[in-house]
Amino acid sequence: MTITFRYWANSGAPWIWLTAAAVAASLTMVLGLLLLIAINGLGHFWPSPVWELQYRAPDGELQQLLGQIREKEQVSVEHLRDAGETIAENVEGTVERYLLKTANRDTSGLDFRWILADDIEARSLPQPLVVLERLEWGDFYGFIQSLQRNGKQVAQGEAAWQELQQGLEYVEKLRARIRRLEKGEIGSINYRIERLRLQKRKLELEGEDTPEALAKIGQQRKTLQAKFSGLHQNLDELYRKLRRDTVTMTVMGGRKVDIPLAGIVRAYQPNAMQLTDKLAFYLAKLWEFVSADPREANTEGGIFPAIFGTVMMVLLMSVLVTPFGVVAAVYLREYAKQGPLTRLIRIAVNNLAGVPSIVYGVFGLGFFVYFLGGSIDRLFFPEALPAPTFGTPGLLWASLTLALLTVPVVIVATEEGLSRIPASIREGSLALGATRAETLWRTVLPMASPAMMTGVILAVARAAGEVAPLMLVGVVKLAPALPVDGNAPFIHLDRKFMHLGFHIYDVGFQSPNVEAARPLVFATALLLVVVIVLLNLAAIAIRNRLRERYRSLEQ
Amino acid sequence: MLDMSEPAALAYGKHGAHLRLRLLKDRLARYMVAAGGISVILSILLIFIYLVYVVAPLGETPEMNESAVYAVPADAPVLHLAIEEQAEMGAVFARDGTVRFISTRDGALVRQLWLPVPKGVQVVSFSAARPASGVVALGLSNGQALVVRQHYKVTYPDDRRVITPQLDYPLGTALVDVASEHSALARIAVQEEEGVFTLVGWSKNGMLSVVRATPEESLLEDESTFAFERSSGNTDLQDIRALLVDPVQSDLYVISRAGKLAWFNVTDLSQPRLVEQLSITAPGVKVRAATLLAGGASIMVAGDDGVINQWFSVRNEEGGRHLEKIRSFDTSGELRSLVAEYSRKGFYAGNRQGDITAYHATAHTQLLQQKVADSAIVQMAIAPRANALWALDDDGQLHFWYIRNEYPELSWSSLWSKVWYEGYDHPEYIWQSSASSNDFEPKFSLTPLTFGTLKAAFYAMLFAIPLSIMGAVFTAYFMAPKMRQLVKPTIEIMEALPTVILGFLAGLWLAPLVETHLPGVFALLLLMPLLVLLVAFLWSCLPVALRRFVPDGWEAALLVPVVVGAGALSLGLSPLLEQWLFGGDMPGWLQHEMGIGFDQRNSLVVGMAMGFAVIPTIFSIAEDAIFSVPKYLTYGSLALGATPWQSLVRVVLLTASPGIFSGIMMGVGRAVGETMIVLMATGNTPVMDMNIFEGMRTLSANIAVEMPESEVGSTHYRVLFLAALVLFVFTFVFNTGAEIVRQRLREKYSSL
Repeated sequence: MTITFRYWANSGAPWIWLTAAAVAASLTMVLGLLLLIAINGLGHFWPSPVWELQYRAPDGELQQLLGQIREKEQVSVEHLRDAGETIAENVEGTVERYLLKTANRDTSGLDFRWILADDIEARSLPQPLVVLERLEWGDFYGFIQSLQRNGKQVAQGEAAWQELQQGLEYVEKLRARIRRLEKGEIGSINYRIERLRLQKRKLELEGEDTPEALAKIGQQRKTLQAKFSGLHQNLDELYRKLRRDTVTMTVMGGRKVDIPLAGIVRAYQPNAMQLTDKLAFYLAKLWEFVSADPREANTEGGIFPAIFGTVMMVLLMSVLVTPFGVVAAVYLREYAKQGPLTRLIRIAVNNLAGVPSIVYGVFGLGFFVYFLGGSIDRLFFPEALPAPTFGTPGLLWASLTLALLTVPVVIVATEEGLSRIPASIREGSLALGATRAETLWRTVLPMASPAMMTGVILAVARAAGEVAPLMLVGVVKLAPALPVDGNAPFIHLDRKFMHLGFHIYDVGFQSPNVEAARPLVFATALLLVVVIVLLNLAAIAIRNRLRERYRSLEQ
Repeated sequence: MLDMSEPAALAYGKHGAHLRLRLLKDRLARYMVAAGGISVILSILLIFIYLVYVVAPLGETPEMNESAVYAVPADAPVLHLAIEEQAEMGAVFARDGTVRFISTRDGALVRQLWLPVPKGVQVVSFSAARPASGVVALGLSNGQALVVRQHYKVTYPDDRRVITPQLDYPLGTALVDVASEHSALARIAVQEEEGVFTLVGWSKNGMLSVVRATPEESLLEDESTFAFERSSGNTDLQDIRALLVDPVQSDLYVISRAGKLAWFNVTDLSQPRLVEQLSITAPGVKVRAATLLAGGASIMVAGDDGVINQWFSVRNEEGGRHLEKIRSFDTSGELRSLVAEYSRKGFYAGNRQGDITAYHATAHTQLLQQKVADSAIVQMAIAPRANALWALDDDGQLHFWYIRNEYPELSWSSLWSKVWYEGYDHPEYIWQSSASSNDFEPKFSLTPLTFGTLKAAFYAMLFAIPLSIMGAVFTAYFMAPKMRQLVKPTIEIMEALPTVILGFLAGLWLAPLVETHLPGVFALLLLMPLLVLLVAFLWSCLPVALRRFVPDGWEAALLVPVVVGAGALSLGLSPLLEQWLFGGDMPGWLQHEMGIGFDQRNSLVVGMAMGFAVIPTIFSIAEDAIFSVPKYLTYGSLALGATPWQSLVRVVLLTASPGIFSGIMMGVGRAVGETMIVLMATGNTPVMDMNIFEGMRTLSANIAVEMPESEVGSTHYRVLFLAALVLFVFTFVFNTGAEIVRQRLREKYSSL
């Protein structure tokens, strides 16, 4: 045995196995990371049960707690004693503790707490327990008592649950109408009034503020304002209707809490749900996540504006980066003589790829935003000054900055595609009398288009995940309006926007209640990772197919 | 390739026009494509040039430009000069009790006011409080003092700026009794902050008197009444040159002409206390002038040996405070006047030959020297924005000069060396760019940030280099092609993972996990190779029939469960190890027993997360380099009887080593510039400590944090650009080096 071991060790096999282990470790890390994000991100929307616990508090008093168990972990007793927990003397080693989400932030002050498993004396899953998702203050756990309409009680107990469902449907309809009014018509009127103000200022600046022109603007403004006050009355009426119902809930300890339905988004009984109900609930939550606006400082609700902002930015960036990258690659492969100049260009490409992204952000902020944007403002938008139009971070500058950042990706991919096109094809085209430009345009580029596509896809994937430069050139945590809306000129390149990657950073690290925000961050991260992995896989697939095709061409 | 010249086109007759158009298009396309190619170089140049363009003003030498000279409009010796905010107007206080407000451009009189000095009483001394307050005090021959405040009302009738100078008397027009026995106030000092006034007087009989006026709550809004507290005592210092009171009015510095300084604590006037008495000049050197720098923490003392010394209080070992000489500035000629800027740590000195020299204390630099007058400079005044200066010479001429000196706080030493900042006990490297107070001393040391950047990169490389190089070796050399087709895309996806996600996981998932399982993390380092080798050896002992299930080159797949097992095992063992070796709490043990600080978001976490991000960069390049080593080199080596491992180490790795090196360089470049991971996975405190259990602040994270809130064009903004430029140059050097190595290697392979 010892001899064989020595032989085995001398053969170098242990080293080979260790190098294999490095590959295995890398693979494990990648797959483990993807799995971790997937589990945490997907699990967030599942309606997990809410326990009723009989909890022995450190002072010996028996408390009733309602809560979801979010995490279980083993901690050493010393750790806890250091942190100031009181633990019985005879306990040694490790104990199990739970992270309990008790919600009801407004009534109890904190919505998460750690409790020791040993202190729980009894637990049950009460069927009638109701979870209310609210617009403010997070979730609410409790038992339904009664429902009041216009101050009068209309239902109690089980009947109140039915009434609550109907009441919520009614509230949801009203809310949708309010949203349409506020964001749509009223927003549009505000926008037009602002435009009129700028128009007036412009006339003044140009010295053309004749009484007739001013009167015309005043007239327009008056009509808009009349319309505005009319809409505002409608809105007040809707808000009055919204306040119709109130539900009375009891929480642990028998306390009663009144919650107006206007503040409730959704109500469900997690412990009474069947699997199909849960599945439907899950899908509804998932849909809300991708289609709704964020609530509560981005820690609840959806991420639609972030998705939209990311897509817009990436689209604009692709439009800018594709021609630039492709032309540069064509020059390197088709036109330039291989020599010092191409060598220099390759070094430049390599550096463009290697310069830290934050440096692009600094450059974008200084050059695009303050220098270019400031000049544009002075030339074309003097009426809005000192409020900047383009002289402030925005969608256009973010796209330009990222276009510069992703140019090398497109160049490298396109060049690879071009280099795989056999010379015989070009020579054939030239022999038939085509000029070089025609050969390029009619033969080479169409053949290389999948390679360009690969480059653009990779550039998009890179841009979608890049955050550091965007923090300087246009991303905000909460954009008041989407960059595209119904007001002319419809696409507002000067607006700030939201971005998935920045959303992760902001919600995960800047929000006051990280524990509550974490599941949402995981879900956002999952979405971003899925998009990026899919884009990359697509690029790899296209590239592999392309290689096969050219291989057959060469034979 | 094809030569299509014009005559040939003509030969085609009626198709000639069409052909000419085609050729024109062809030429156009060639130019456009070439322009596109060149523009890549242009864009990288543009980035570099723009960064330099923003940073460049930091290196500009400050300038002074003469604007006007006129005779000072005063009938008596001038006591004091002051300039208002816009530098359009100034005040001249004269000994006869007149105050003349004149235009700084031409000396034209705007307004003349008389101070209520009683008949038969002379003005014998004068003092100005911190310049932003506009408060001055006149010491009279009867032992009383008059406190006056100047301010300038700015109005805009007809859209034009009109500045109206005004005087008021915050303590009332009645004089304040300072010296107890009506002895003349040979020296006086005044200080004001938030409505509280302190007056200090010294009379020739050695009596030092302090008066404090605190506003009282009054029923009538307009009229404020003051409660006066007094204290007096004798000092053994003779011939007092200067009395200085800091803005907080707790410290009184009494400086004698002979170079003695007495430091009193006058926070509580019922118990004034002598803190320290010491000599502040070299023996035999007389004090010419003394002033407080903006903020009132530093005392600048000019001696007749031509040296200006900066002093401030530092803490000593016993916890008490004492004055310490911080730095000296050599000057030329005999100093006559000294004046400090309003809000920066700059100061100006005027000498007997009529030269004015500007200095900056923190940067320890002489900014400029300019001959302003032909005779001695006896009085100076700095505009509040430090953009203009008034100098009064011995011949009664007032010189008005504009100053351009926007970035005095930066010098090579203030950026990269240790600097002794006010309030610190010894020189340190500190980055602290902003604070709430206005006269804050900005600390722009890039050293801790650069150190943090290198520290993060170092730990990341420590994690990434072994894994990526070894992985590349196996993938390129031993792995079955089928598996390689799976591994390479996985690594590509690893590279594509957004760093914001890695940072988020590192900060919110990995950091708490590492904190609670610290022993397990270190156990993994040992356990993983051991377990792998054990499994490998057992595997080789298995019968061939069993071994055939995993073909050659698939060992990595076989090891995945082993790696997962090793991870699970070490994390599972962690609580036991912690209990057994570290008393159940390793972070606490490190802190208490070893004195090693522990942050939850520390370099270990950053190293792992950033290592993860860097692995694919190094892996891809190294793998490429190893894979493209010509196969016949290996075959030759194997044919000569070397084992696969021997031919790998002695032949393949040697040939591919430039490529591997270039991969590592690219990896370092990426680690240095990485922003989101360090931003999210460290505490971002700019400390200088190699401790793996503490965080850091990197250049890139610093830019991300501070750039959005820095004022465009300010020193801070430009220093952040400088940080970006440092990053750019650093990565440029690394990437260019790597690329050149790779190009050489490619040529070498193609010739092989």
